[in-house]
Amino acid sequence: MTVHTLTIDGVERAGVEGQTVLEVARESGVEIPTLCHLDGLCDVGACRLCVVEVKGSSKLLPSCATAVAEGMEVTTDSKRLTAYRRTIIEMLFAERNHVCAVCVANNHCELQARAADLGLTHIELDTVNPALDVDASHERFAIDHNRCIMCTRCVRVCDEVEGAHTWDVMGRGLDARVVTDLGMPWGESTTCTGCGKCVQVCPTGAIFEKGRPIATTKVTRPYLPYLKTNSQEVSA
Amino acid sequence: MIRPKLATVWLDGCSGCHMSLLDIDERLLTITERADLVYSPLVDNKIFPDDVDVVLVEGAVSTDEDLKRVTMVRKRSKTLVAFGDCALTTNVPGMRNAIDGGAAEPLYARAYGENVTAVVNGVVRPTHDVPHHLPRTLPVHKVVEVDVFLPGCPPSADVIFDALVALLDGKKPELPVGTHFGG
Repeated sequence: MTVHTLTIDGVERAGVEGQTVLEVARESGVEIPTLCHLDGLCDVGACRLCVVEVKGSSKLLPSCATAVAEGMEVTTDSKRLTAYRRTIIEMLFAERNHVCAVCVANNHCELQARAADLGLTHIELDTVNPALDVDASHERFAIDHNRCIMCTRCVRVCDEVEGAHTWDVMGRGLDARVVTDLGMPWGESTTCTGCGKCVQVCPTGAIFEKGRPIATTKVTRPYLPYLKTNSQEVSA
Repeated sequence: MIRPKLATVWLDGCSGCHMSLLDIDERLLTITERADLVYSPLVDNKIFPDDVDVVLVEGAVSTDEDLKRVTMVRKRSKTLVAFGDCALTTNVPGMRNAIDGGAAEPLYARAYGENVTAVVNGVVRPTHDVPHHLPRTLPVHKVVEVDVFLPGCPPSADVIFDALVALLDGKKPELPVGTHFGG
């Protein structure tokens, strides 16, 4: 087990080979904002909110997908990083139709919370306002693409934990959508087990349980790392 | 001592922000002791004065009438506060922007045509003496310069009161940590 020594915000820290900068930072009590990351799921660096500055790199690096290395010097908080993170959140709001006031996840939403953390009071960018569908064909759940931020947590939990791989991503850029069974209506999916893990991991109100009034969707997630570890031990 | 002039304006919103303003309860007296409320849906003055110090603007800019009013209000006010989510993000009034890009005709067809059976005096929907929709609903800062943003649907009474006190002292209000869109 190789241990690397690095500095995070000027303080010396140690991380094991293969650990990410985000993991080591959080173990040391340094908070880096994230959206697509979720403990228990693989990291994909989709949202870029966790970007950090690493000495020697002119680019910002996603801390969730950057492995620690010997002598690394990481900065997790700066004016530049805050500006980038605010713009990322603004772009997420501008890209689809997020109406917090009438959302099932109002007050339980990670996008809303990160916007508040960053002191976002309005959207300077022009909003896209795309016409997006709501698929309510599933008996118990529904997806409102207006509220989706393409974090792909649903795709990953369905594949990595449930093993069904009902969810995937279709299209690119602004046209990217999460889809069930190659784009079939969710209710007609032959692979969906109806486990509801995608509902539990969705950071916004995009995937939700039917029949929930505004602001009442509260999710529970702590069981994910447990399930993941268990399934790995079983298959090993 | 000249008391600052305070005004409030109601564009395309549900009036919930004004209700939340009333929710500051007895602290309304503190505000009225320190400022004159010269124009508002809550008072009877029909003309927006020329020299307002602080104006709270509730609602999004949806119609030609909203546009005319907010432009006039900007010209006549020193500090303009975008008051609540509709003013900041267009919120619910902006949901029409996702229907045919916000175009008015499909919107009217949906609101006044689909499933409507009532016809009053031979008219299905009024076209005279009513404001006309802009091509899309806009947040206030896309139309005029905004000095202060107060998020919330509605902003809480405490946020409103603290912001008003700061503004009447001529200071820029500091929002409490965690102030967010939505309720």
